[in-house]
Amino acid sequence: MVLAAILLVFLFLFPIWKITLFAPQYPGGISMYIWINKITGDTPGTLQNINILNHYVGMKLIEPDSIPELQYFQWVIAGMGLLALLLAYINRRPLYLAWVVLFLILGAAGIYDFYLWEYDYGHNLSPTAPIKVPGMAYQPPLFGKKTLLNFVAYSYPNWGSLFFGLSIFSGFIAFWFSKKKSK
Amino acid sequence: MKIKLSLFLIVISLAILSGCQPKEPGTAGAGSSSDAASKVYVAPGQFDEFYAFLSGGFSGQVSVYGLPSGRLLKVIPVFSVDAEKGYGFNEETKPLLNTSFGFLPWDDAHHPELSQTNGVPDGKWLFINGNNTPRIARIDLSTFETSEIIEIPNSGGNHSSPFTTENTEYVVAGTRFSVPFPQKDVPIDSYKENFKGVLSFITVDPVSGRMEIAFQVLLPAFNYDLAHSGKGASHGWTFFTSYNAEQSNTLMEANASQFDKDFIAAVNWKKAEEYVKAGKAKEMPASYFHNVYDENSHMATSTEIKTVKVLIPSECPDLVYFLPTPKSPHGVDVDPTGEYIVGAGKLSADMAVHSFSKMLKAIESKAYETTIEGIPVLKYEEVLAGMVSSGGLGPLHTEFDGKGNAYTTFFISSEVVKWKVGTWEVLDRVPCYYSVGHLMIPGGDSKQPFGKYMLAMNKITKDRYLPTGPELNQSAQLYDISGEKMQLLLDFPTVGEPHYAQAIPAEIVRSRSKQFYPIAENTHPNATKSEAESKVVREGNTVRIYMTAIRSHFSPDNIEGVQVGDKVYFHVTNLEQDWDVPHGFAVQGARNAELLIMPGQTETLYWEPDREGVFPMYCTDFCSALHQEMQGYVRVSAKGSNVPLKWWVGNQQ
Repeated sequence: MVLAAILLVFLFLFPIWKITLFAPQYPGGISMYIWINKITGDTPGTLQNINILNHYVGMKLIEPDSIPELQYFQWVIAGMGLLALLLAYINRRPLYLAWVVLFLILGAAGIYDFYLWEYDYGHNLSPTAPIKVPGMAYQPPLFGKKTLLNFVAYSYPNWGSLFFGLSIFSGFIAFWFSKKKSK
Repeated sequence: MKIKLSLFLIVISLAILSGCQPKEPGTAGAGSSSDAASKVYVAPGQFDEFYAFLSGGFSGQVSVYGLPSGRLLKVIPVFSVDAEKGYGFNEETKPLLNTSFGFLPWDDAHHPELSQTNGVPDGKWLFINGNNTPRIARIDLSTFETSEIIEIPNSGGNHSSPFTTENTEYVVAGTRFSVPFPQKDVPIDSYKENFKGVLSFITVDPVSGRMEIAFQVLLPAFNYDLAHSGKGASHGWTFFTSYNAEQSNTLMEANASQFDKDFIAAVNWKKAEEYVKAGKAKEMPASYFHNVYDENSHMATSTEIKTVKVLIPSECPDLVYFLPTPKSPHGVDVDPTGEYIVGAGKLSADMAVHSFSKMLKAIESKAYETTIEGIPVLKYEEVLAGMVSSGGLGPLHTEFDGKGNAYTTFFISSEVVKWKVGTWEVLDRVPCYYSVGHLMIPGGDSKQPFGKYMLAMNKITKDRYLPTGPELNQSAQLYDISGEKMQLLLDFPTVGEPHYAQAIPAEIVRSRSKQFYPIAENTHPNATKSEAESKVVREGNTVRIYMTAIRSHFSPDNIEGVQVGDKVYFHVTNLEQDWDVPHGFAVQGARNAELLIMPGQTETLYWEPDREGVFPMYCTDFCSALHQEMQGYVRVSAKGSNVPLKWWVGNQQ
């Protein structure tokens, strides 16, 4: 259980998701990294570059400061880490399972929330956009590959998500072993 | 019958006549062309093996080619204004072209020279000389832009320049024309009495690259033609060829060609440093300008310097020696070991090669022929290592392949001759099309030549390409020198006249190449770092427009309140932070040029509107799908008009 808490520290060190765009003008691709508390790119200018491209089709600016989830999600993670440490101290088997289930729900909610943001960015387009393609939405894929006009977008979990998964897994292991011990 | 006979005779005589015409040699060039083609073929999307930097001669610029393909990668403006890039037209780069004669829009650029570390090109900087109004420029190879230009005082025709020492401790600048010292109004015929030749040693800061004239050496009034610094054993010395030991000042083609031998001046710069340290240098009044471009402020500054240190050989023993060298030597080239100094007597068939170790012995045993203005002339036989009996005519320049071979150009016989260093035996020869001047082997004047290719730069082009009227490009030929026999691979036209060139493995430079300037590091006093900060400010009749450019609009793009006769400065900042997204800026009626602004950079266009109206301005570099919409208007009202100063973009009026 302590391990589960330690693994969560890595969520502050690695992004959880990565979206990469390829186009004829971007043979090397441009990548955007989503962290639990910020959005970054390959270079300090990447986010600006993506926003410039997006504004032609009327997508809203991606401004990390205006996304509330990036403010509070890190506290959720920190809270779950502290809770894991507390549970390790209390050492009660059902609570371990409860932690795992709670975290799974939170993770699913996080992914759903991410989807909602993607939907909003992709569908909520400015009526004065220079380029308007009837029926076209620019929602990037949640998982996998999608072609959006001249861009091919790839979206996959990054290292942070691995540690997220490992944390839940080690919580479950803690539950499993403590169950065996108590038998 | 008579008519028939005479017709017959005419036909016969015509046939004989036409048969007697000399045949054209036909297409001269690569023997097996498919073999050569495969050696220079760089597939689309693939990179060349070498960067080659060719001087532009009277274009005043440097052109960058990829080798072996011969593809032109960039023309770097150095000594001449370049409307394409706004160089010398925007307010930021004007100070780079400032001199003691004021702003000069042109010069004649001859010899590119890469900076070296341990005698090997390191890819940091490229130096090049301005010949006409003596200057040396430094180009930063992380940006491929001119970073610095320093004027050389007491000099005329800065030709034996800017050859570097092993660790770029110095680049040197020798004067081709001797001039009155100090410059003054004297009869030209008083040449022998009043004129001097000055050799300058310019230090280069190992980190910033910043140049400074450390000292000058005052020499007799000869013409100092070319130079190369010693390496290895001869590190610490620089060798300058001279002609016109006759000290003539008119009809030089005859009068400067009378003596059988002129001199190579060997300057011991380590000794010079000691003399300078000991206070032996005379602090002479001078006026020359030092211009530096700052990469963060994106601006150049020009500073006048008013003194220069001068060493006089008669007062500084062991500082300079003269090595007699036959037939008005042109090039002086030092082999990779530093032992052999090749003096190319341009009016002869043979070349004298001096030995550095023999030179030291001759100095030690005081084997002097005579002394000129306090400078010992060493005995010719005592310093000569050997003669190359080339079979060619008019040797000019020599480079080395690092495998013990030397390659010398022959202008008159229009060929390159390969010979063995040490045995002086001729190994191979190939023709050049036509009249080759310099040649270049990548790293060929360094301690460890990279070899593989040799580029001949020719003075005469004639029939090599499709004709373009009376004025033709100059021409370069690329040869494969990896085998025993030189093989012609490629023939390509060049920008201006390439006097000399340097080349370096691409990887050394490519890995350091910048993609854009970080906007956070922009310290330009008139930078506008966000659209929200863009504004227009009037101070008297000066109007400053703080403008931003980002795909695909300017901010502001509508400006009112400008008046006829105002001094308008468009300070345009490119807010982009992506590779290859420059923006251009032009306004109707501007009497200078456009701006071409790299991402993160601020540049300024000066504009003096001379009539009322509403004038378009627009982006000149195709930046995006909506580039054609990247435009705006500036309204010009009558002088004293009450139209208020206003600016906006979109609906934010």
